[in-house]
Amino acid sequence: MKRRHLLATAALGLGLAFGGAAAAQDKTKACFVYVGPIGDLGWSYQHHQGLLAVQEAYGDKVETAYQESVPEGADAERVLTQMALSGCDIIFTTSFGYMDATNAVAKKFPNVKFEHATGFKREAPNVSIYNARFYEGRAIQGHIAGKMTKTNKIGYIGSFPIPEVIMGINAYYLHAKKVNPAVELTVVWAMTWFDPAKEADAAKAMIEQGVDVIASHTDSTAPLAEAAKTGGKVIGFGQASDMAEYKPSPRVTSIIDNWAPYYVKRVGQVMDGTWESIDSWEGIASGEVELGEITDAVPADVKAEAEAMRDAIAAGTYHPFTGPINKQDGSVWLAEGATAPDGDLLGMGFYVEGITGDIPK
Amino acid sequence: MGWIVLKLEKRPSPSVFWSRATPVLAVALTMVAGGLMFAILGKNPFEAIRTIFWDPLFGEFAWYLRGQLLVKAGPLVLIAIGLSLGFRAGIWNIGAEGQYIMGAICGAAVGLAAYPTESRLIFPAMVIAGALGGWAWAMIPAILKTRFNTNEILVSLMLVYVAQTVLAMASTGFLRNPEGAGFPGSRNFSGYPAAANPELIAGSGLHWGGVAALAAVVAAYVLLQRHILGFQIKLSGQAPRAARFAGVSPQKLTVLCMGIAGALAGLAGLFEVTGPAGQISIDFNVGYGFTAIIVAFLGRLNPVGILLAGLLMALTYIGGEMAATNLGLPSAAIQAFQGMLLFFLLACDLLTNYRVRPVFKEAR
Repeated sequence: MKRRHLLATAALGLGLAFGGAAAAQDKTKACFVYVGPIGDLGWSYQHHQGLLAVQEAYGDKVETAYQESVPEGADAERVLTQMALSGCDIIFTTSFGYMDATNAVAKKFPNVKFEHATGFKREAPNVSIYNARFYEGRAIQGHIAGKMTKTNKIGYIGSFPIPEVIMGINAYYLHAKKVNPAVELTVVWAMTWFDPAKEADAAKAMIEQGVDVIASHTDSTAPLAEAAKTGGKVIGFGQASDMAEYKPSPRVTSIIDNWAPYYVKRVGQVMDGTWESIDSWEGIASGEVELGEITDAVPADVKAEAEAMRDAIAAGTYHPFTGPINKQDGSVWLAEGATAPDGDLLGMGFYVEGITGDIPK
Repeated sequence: MGWIVLKLEKRPSPSVFWSRATPVLAVALTMVAGGLMFAILGKNPFEAIRTIFWDPLFGEFAWYLRGQLLVKAGPLVLIAIGLSLGFRAGIWNIGAEGQYIMGAICGAAVGLAAYPTESRLIFPAMVIAGALGGWAWAMIPAILKTRFNTNEILVSLMLVYVAQTVLAMASTGFLRNPEGAGFPGSRNFSGYPAAANPELIAGSGLHWGGVAALAAVVAAYVLLQRHILGFQIKLSGQAPRAARFAGVSPQKLTVLCMGIAGALAGLAGLFEVTGPAGQISIDFNVGYGFTAIIVAFLGRLNPVGILLAGLLMALTYIGGEMAATNLGLPSAAIQAFQGMLLFFLLACDLLTNYRVRPVFKEAR
């Protein structure tokens, strides 16, 4: 009762809205907000694996909580506020659409640490942003796609036209084109992160057009399920999670988001007081992006090339965006031998030369 | 030999007692069945029910959550009031979600066009644009119905999906934040005071949307009790032929009811986008337009009932969120719990129009 009164007074009196509700606890509490259900077997599932890793790493010293299927918008702000009030010391908001809500709530709770995935705003000193270099995995998928397609038509199911997705499409296309100049790319925008019915429709439409390699940037296994119905004619990739139940085909490999090392590290830093606001963007080298097992459906030589590319990226000797690369309109983006600066990638709003169609505007 | 069977007998007129009592009974049954479900999921049912129904009102953080009830209930009540008028007259506007979206887009467009001008006139202009946007979107099914006798249920519902596509276009195109590094979503109104709809009293959760909702409740109450239009609406629903003889034009009534519902839904969208949501984004709509249909019926299509139903619905959302975070209940269980509420309400509704009577049957 006293604490409630104190808080209410602080809220009204200081106009600061909220005091430090999360202070003075024995256990460190790490909380997670997911955009989909943890059973999506993709994006949210992988973040939840990170939560489990945190729990396992610190055992009794840490308490975890999460909420799934939180809409991006006004509801997110309330969920975050509730979490901060209920004593969370660090809150991971795991979808792009939580960006403004994360920053707004962070300003009201200066003692709580906030970590926002895939966004670009850090408006308070207690907000960090983190992301993974998924485009590194896309490059490898593109290589496999270019080698494996028989119809020379490959597809990509986009979620939303944000830089994150556009750079994935560009990396995929560039590396397919490199090994197969005749390749054509079809992009379908699903305008959702998780909607198995819509994702299946997108895959079906592509298959009808003769597309035989489908990459997807949405979170469910529905595109692979559609590919599986073609009796081996169409292949695809696991997205976010390994999606191993579709091995050895249609899932020939996968991009696995491995958030566990980052989450364990950051929660640990909260515990020992060394947490600082950072902008983290790790890739294959540090293990945040993993390439799932390449199955026997892929010829041995292609598999070897793909693995060589993975190792070169990990070693830092190869950058998937190395010039010469032109933009779709023919203007020069990267000169011969130049690699893409991170700023260009994070604000990417254009297709590279050769991709037909427009980014939705 | 014989046995007793329960027989349903239609009442000559709906029972006033049961029409008031069924919502309470439905809530009670939901608690029992929901508690059972939570127990099966391995959670303490009493703790779960307490977290959902008690904690947001009287728990440790009630000072914050009570305000959030208003944030959540405001748009539900505002939309449901508009819908209830049509439902009473037998006009089935199912597309409030689309009207809500279009109101938000039109209102936001006016505000964003004025950016960064500071003027007291901007917000009122946005409010009018929001209402007009929702009204215009509702006029499509209304006019198609009156001119070509199309089914307003289907047309208004389909227009929700059109509105969602327009929303996606707005967030990635014509309303996109030019300083947003290519990401979808408009500017955030919280950074533009002339167009923002902040809390009127800090921490209260009350913004202009809540005020509008209360005003709508009062206006609808007066309309239905004291105004000839309210009488015509009620009459058209209960006895369409009699209404026609009394000189009520079904066409006019359709246009009017759809228009009011659309305008109120549009207003709800405008207050939401300038207040709690803050910006136009692809996922701006979270289903208020559909949930409001449940709220309208839960409140017996009565303005005061709708106000209470809106608050109850908001309570299950906010309490449900608390239960999900604090007790680790899956979000699907919370949705099932809310579904139970509607299910029991509809089931109990039987008692309003029918009487259950035991009948002794002779063995043949």
